[in-house]
Amino acid sequence: MLTYILRRLGAGLLLLAVVTMVTFAIFYVVPRWAGRTTEQLATMYVGRAPTPEAIQATIDRLGLDQPVIVQFGEFVRGIFLGAEYRFGNDTIECAAPCFGYSFQNYQEVFPEIVARLPVTASLAFGAGVIWLVGGILVGVVSAVWKGSLFDRLAMAVALAGVSLPIFFTGLLALAFLVHGWGLFGMPGYVPLTEDPFRWVQGLLLPWLTLAFLHAAMYARQTRAGMLEVLGEDYIRTARAKGLDERRVVLKHALRPTLTPIVTIFGLDLGLVLGGAVLTEQVFSLNGIGRYAVSAVTQSDLPVILGVTLFGAFFIVVCNLAVDLTYPLIDPRVRLHG
Amino acid sequence: MTAPMDAPESSQHADPEAAARGSGAANRSLGQIAWQRFRRDRIGMAGGVVVLLLILVALLAPLLASWFGSPPNQFHQDLIEPLTGGVLRDPDDPAEGIDPWGGISTEHLLGLEPVNGRDLFSRIVYGARTSLLVATVATLVCVVIGTVLGIVAGYFGGWVDVAISRAMDIFLAFPLLLFAIALVGVVPDGAFGLTGNGLRIGVLVFIIGFFNWPYIGRIVRGQTLTLKEREFVEAAHSLGAGSAHIVFREILPNLLTPILVYSTLLIPTNILFEAALSFLGVGINPPMATWGGMLDNALRFYTTSPHFVIIPGLAIFVTVLAFNLFGDGLRDAFDPRSSD
Repeated sequence: MLTYILRRLGAGLLLLAVVTMVTFAIFYVVPRWAGRTTEQLATMYVGRAPTPEAIQATIDRLGLDQPVIVQFGEFVRGIFLGAEYRFGNDTIECAAPCFGYSFQNYQEVFPEIVARLPVTASLAFGAGVIWLVGGILVGVVSAVWKGSLFDRLAMAVALAGVSLPIFFTGLLALAFLVHGWGLFGMPGYVPLTEDPFRWVQGLLLPWLTLAFLHAAMYARQTRAGMLEVLGEDYIRTARAKGLDERRVVLKHALRPTLTPIVTIFGLDLGLVLGGAVLTEQVFSLNGIGRYAVSAVTQSDLPVILGVTLFGAFFIVVCNLAVDLTYPLIDPRVRLHG
Repeated sequence: MTAPMDAPESSQHADPEAAARGSGAANRSLGQIAWQRFRRDRIGMAGGVVVLLLILVALLAPLLASWFGSPPNQFHQDLIEPLTGGVLRDPDDPAEGIDPWGGISTEHLLGLEPVNGRDLFSRIVYGARTSLLVATVATLVCVVIGTVLGIVAGYFGGWVDVAISRAMDIFLAFPLLLFAIALVGVVPDGAFGLTGNGLRIGVLVFIIGFFNWPYIGRIVRGQTLTLKEREFVEAAHSLGAGSAHIVFREILPNLLTPILVYSTLLIPTNILFEAALSFLGVGINPPMATWGGMLDNALRFYTTSPHFVIIPGLAIFVTVLAFNLFGDGLRDAFDPRSSD
């Protein structure tokens, strides 16, 4: 068990290192391949007043004229130990973990991300609960009553669901459920600690929209998994020894079906936590994803970098969380880990 | 090429038809069996027909637009209510208010876009071009990278396999959308000798192709692992065939079917991805028509012009659904486990 945990932790750290390297490469190496000179690269980071002096200062500050490996070292150092940027006599501090500094808005990126995290996290967890429970429930019922009207209807909806992008369903919800028929109020974010009722009220529609997309996939997956497991010999054995059907389905068949579902759930949740970009954009929720998109339109590169890194970290953490819950769901992992 | 190395390929073992003959289906190739199965699968057929129609629409976009619409970038602001940007019910009598159907008429089959009043039919038809072009080329990139690395991992095994498999896991774990946004942000205009939308299309194809190849890679690796244990590969080995011969002449031909099936299923994913990026404003630049870009505009006009939400959205939905149904149908038809 301990070796299993250590191995997974090691793999997680490795993934983290690779993700950091790729993010670094996207921001510092790819622009050069694409033909940007050091000066042009510096201009992308310099912010509002790209005077020649400011550009030169940025080159010095970020070490853009240094070899790539030195730059990468500085980049990693910034994440762990923080960074300092010098403008002539002024010094700007970027405390650890320094995910970059927006020279356009004169803000450290990390606190800005953390400030927006509650929005994204509320969105992710609310929708996650709905899609996990809803998807598995529909999948199990469909598998047990295979070929029934419910099954066929549910699977048709699920198939349509995986073909519907959220920026379409979200817009439809806004145009009809909110504006046309007035069934929902305009979505928005109210902190949970401020008013739990309005928190739910404001996020319900984004939750349902985001959950619908994922629930469709989970329902299909659960149904397929259940059908495969229900055909196994040990299920026949369980039935033969007289267990009632509910026990067979819920205890013997559902459990192995859930293992892959939990894996996907961890990854999906990580993706959404790193920025539910599309959902936030459709419903104008000021979460992490929207922060990145607005940074692109302002060409505020350090912000994009920070969010990308943050999103990647979330995925790694969720991956790890999944790996560590595995032994709880599937006892075989505990034995062979 | 020496004589013994030619032997296995002229024997029956190497071709996929042998499997069909062996399983007792008299004189029918796998392709024929699959086609017969597929023809009976009405849903898959319907998907296939829609896919064919969509390809035709994309190819004939300029013709269709000139027959049934007006040029995709021609403004019709005389039909627009200037305050809200909605389409007028009656251009001669602005007091009639805004048409909730967005001016759908014989002249403008799918109505008009808010504010500028461009013909939606033309823009949808041209949008099909953009969508299919980006998705198909990106899928080709996925197929090339995925096939090469999948075969290498599956065939050579050992640490090569471990390295490539880990790489596939890592690629699948990346926050793709964020990376795409980032890449669009850092690549300057004029890079790689491309400007404007030429560059944007190049970047999109690169991002989608480069990050989605593991979907194909995994399938190819798995198939290669089983294929290399099969008798005909063993026979080729014992006749002295080298790795190159076995990979290209024995294994690759047997991989074509799964690659075809899974690339059909990858296209809709890539269509959705392109639409998402254009929706976020980091994909194709206006005035080039894209379905995702239209939905981005629709965000500001859904109160007055719900048709502007529905029409591009349905275009995406129908296209993606058709490809999914077609791909599912193909997969079932080629699946040796499904009954004849």
